[in-house]
Amino acid sequence: MSIAGKKVTLHDMCLRDGMHPQRHQITPQQMIDVAVALDEAGMPLIEVSHGDGLGGASVNYGFPAASDEEYLDAVIPKMKQAKISALLLPGIGTVDHLRMAKDKGVHTIRVATHCTEADVSEQHIGLGRKLEMDTVGFLMMAHMIEPDQLVKQAKLMESYGANCVYVTDSAGYMLPEDVRVRIAAVREALDPKTEIGFHGHHNLAMGIANSIAAIEAGANRIDASCAGMGAGAGNTPMEVLVAVLDRMGVDHGVNLFKISDVAEDLVYPMMTHKVRIDRDSLILGYAGVYSSFLLFAKRAAEKYGLSSREILVELGRMKTVGGQEDMIEDVALTMAKAKAEAKAS
Amino acid sequence: MARKIKAAIIGSGNIGTDLLYKALRSEIVEPVWMVGIDPESDGLARARELGLKTTAEGVQGLEPHIVADEIQIAWDATSAYVHASNNDLVKKYGVKMVDLTPAAIGPFVVPPVNLLDALARGEQNVNMVTCGGQATIPMVYAVSRVQPVEYGEIVATVSSRSAGPGTRKNIDEFTRTTSRGVEVVGGAKKGKAIIIINPAEPPIIMRDTVHCLVEGTPDEKAITESVHAMVEEVKRYVPGYTLKNGPVFDGNRVSIFLEVEGLGDYLPRYAGNLDIMTAAGLRTAEVIAQQILEAAA
Repeated sequence: MSIAGKKVTLHDMCLRDGMHPQRHQITPQQMIDVAVALDEAGMPLIEVSHGDGLGGASVNYGFPAASDEEYLDAVIPKMKQAKISALLLPGIGTVDHLRMAKDKGVHTIRVATHCTEADVSEQHIGLGRKLEMDTVGFLMMAHMIEPDQLVKQAKLMESYGANCVYVTDSAGYMLPEDVRVRIAAVREALDPKTEIGFHGHHNLAMGIANSIAAIEAGANRIDASCAGMGAGAGNTPMEVLVAVLDRMGVDHGVNLFKISDVAEDLVYPMMTHKVRIDRDSLILGYAGVYSSFLLFAKRAAEKYGLSSREILVELGRMKTVGGQEDMIEDVALTMAKAKAEAKAS
Repeated sequence: MARKIKAAIIGSGNIGTDLLYKALRSEIVEPVWMVGIDPESDGLARARELGLKTTAEGVQGLEPHIVADEIQIAWDATSAYVHASNNDLVKKYGVKMVDLTPAAIGPFVVPPVNLLDALARGEQNVNMVTCGGQATIPMVYAVSRVQPVEYGEIVATVSSRSAGPGTRKNIDEFTRTTSRGVEVVGGAKKGKAIIIINPAEPPIIMRDTVHCLVEGTPDEKAITESVHAMVEEVKRYVPGYTLKNGPVFDGNRVSIFLEVEGLGDYLPRYAGNLDIMTAAGLRTAEVIAQQILEAAA
């Protein structure tokens, strides 16, 4: 199927999802440098906030180098053509954060829920729409349910006022066919005016293939991250996606040489944790575990003398969802206790 | 048999009905009326079978009987929207109100922390905060009574099946109310609350994590003892309240990992989040009843 000539909106994640591998320590100046360069490269939409969205600053997810307000104040006035988006997870952030984002000049608010729990987003999506923001519903861990179930949740978000709904592969678990059937089902069920998006993780190196499958099945907004900087093995690497889309004749407006320079000269050198498919991020994709758990599991494994892979597998077995970072230390403590008891007996 | 204080349950939904089963076991409080608005509701039918008087006319249906049936305590398990008017009506007759809705007209009460203080101030109406608040605030307090807590954060994870439409429609109310409770009742200078809904099948039992950042180096021994003692206090009315891990100490961080399993009276056992509300509501009513009886003696 040819997607030549199709218009797609690319959305860069490195200053939001990229906060996870950076342990939320990206400085406002780094945000400015990267966002200005992305703007210059023609990126239409750039997400800026704590990795876990507005209000994510916490013991549970990590305290960031600066507040959401400071990041937005730093970046937004510097943008020439790019718009700024922010993520919000109901249960973590509230409508107060949403109002703050609007006041700061955020253009796109993305309200994220676990794929079965769309009805917690009514308040936030409703307010985003009322404030005349570009309002996006973001269904996380979408690999966990079948397309028909996902359709019901997508329709809820649309009914609350979302003008775009995302199928989100938070665990980097999906294969292209998984993406294709979900995007096609949601595209079919929603109003033709509602946009469909896809957000991938690269844990099984499927980021590009999955994004192409999503476009072929009807998605027109695609998340990717410059240098792939994001949770787990990162997001779909933006500069690679841009090269592939250029080859396929897709209309996206981002300059390949410029975006690959941003990746090489700015983002990659910034990485304190080199984002790649290591044995732990591979397991995230293989077992279907939320990508942001990666560094927490590595830290807990080190602290309690355990294997991070075993911790991640256990979190998968427990069917944990995004946001349950507190369970990582809990699982590690329980495993360490069991290990000590086994040794004693 | 010792005298029992008579009480009415306003609200015949899940919470009201679970409370009914718990209250029937009380040695000091006797539920005599169950108030609903839907004549077909399962809660009212069960209440009738169990020998309670019922009305489907709301609190107006109860009003003519408050004096005659000597009702001295009411629980409100309806919604924040109607709580104020329910309270105004029963208050005229000197009825003490235990508010299980998010309305919070009266002060927050977490029984093992501040119930006696609230009653000593003569409060007519006390509020049960939120499920996450009932589960976690005792732990924040267990730390703050040992040493100052700069920041208290709680993460409540509940099963999807136990998160009702009210919670879902206004999830911000949970985070706001709970974080305020962590400050006002728990004693943290700043509070934060996070709620996660997990759809796993079979449903997960409620989990709660409490993180406190204390001023100075944590007194590990004293905090550990305080936490264990408080767990025992909560267990007195919520037997399935369990310390799974911790307290663990990391710099000035103290983390406590809890599981709350319900008694399975009307609600399933995994719904510890709902059970701890009804158990706290009953516990509060029992202490009020005790004081009424002592005052009369």
